[in-house]
Amino acid sequence: MHIPDGFIDGPTSLAGGVAAVGLVAASARKAAEGLEDRRVPLAGLTAAFIFAMQMLNFPVANGTSGHLLGGCLAAILVGPWIGSLSMTVVFIVQALVFADGGLSALGLNIILMGFVPCFGGYAVFALLRKILPDTRQAVAGASAVSAWTGVVMAAVVFTAYYAIGGTGDASVTAVGGAVIGVHLLIGIGEAVITGLTVSAVLASRPDLVYGAASMYEQQQPVARPAQAVR
Amino acid sequence: MKRLTNTSRFVIAGLVVALAFAFFVSPYASSSPDGLEKVSQQEGFDSTARDHALADGPLADYSARGIDNEGLSTGLAGVAGVALCFGLGAGLVLIVRRLRPTAAAPT
Repeated sequence: MHIPDGFIDGPTSLAGGVAAVGLVAASARKAAEGLEDRRVPLAGLTAAFIFAMQMLNFPVANGTSGHLLGGCLAAILVGPWIGSLSMTVVFIVQALVFADGGLSALGLNIILMGFVPCFGGYAVFALLRKILPDTRQAVAGASAVSAWTGVVMAAVVFTAYYAIGGTGDASVTAVGGAVIGVHLLIGIGEAVITGLTVSAVLASRPDLVYGAASMYEQQQPVARPAQAVR
Repeated sequence: MKRLTNTSRFVIAGLVVALAFAFFVSPYASSSPDGLEKVSQQEGFDSTARDHALADGPLADYSARGIDNEGLSTGLAGVAGVALCFGLGAGLVLIVRRLRPTAAAPT
């Protein structure tokens, strides 16, 4: 879903760049509050894992492929603030080192595939967590559904970019319908990978899943000394 | 080995998984255009894309320059990307940690 240079006009791309800088700064400030030391390597791991998974394009209908975006997964694992920073690192590395995603479109891409699923998808996840029970299956299910929603939200945001600054001749309705349509399918892959990953982390280290923290809330204040003894 | 007992061990295990996906699985990824690329072709605006300014870089398009074996080239590019993302991701958050507000800090 990486936007190359040229799809979206200069002013819109520039505005996206400015907005992305502001969002990254805001995330950094929020992430700094109460940041535990152990989250530092986890932020790196999240970026590394999502980079690897984004390389794995899976086939969807008619000679089209899709790949994980991972924003919602990142938000569930390390929280939306740190998660959006991890996602930003992935898009910068992809654009600068792998020539994937236009340089002028970097800000647009960071918002589209990073902030939109990190915050939009995570909002859905948080809502589902309020309704569903505190079980591993329920958390994994909520992760899958919110990951799908995050991808569809990103497709809607791309449509908005195209409406504002698209350089192509095709109509916004045609492009929007097609982009959203194909991402309804790609989102299924996102849901499966996100659900399985969250489920696997919950099985090995449930305390590291930010989005499931309320399940372990009671242990939090005394977690450090207690764990050291164990 | 089901329950890992400390965070560094978890991080190392996670990195091994990410490296394995990047090295062994990525050569088998679908090379079909992704959703957005396909739509741009169908709707006739793919021609508006400009060439990437860094398209000649040593790891551009996820292939390591100078490695003839395609699968190996992709796999090595993947490993480099995983390492870079881990280092920069952890590095960025390490810097962010320095911003951690002290008691007197304004909001």
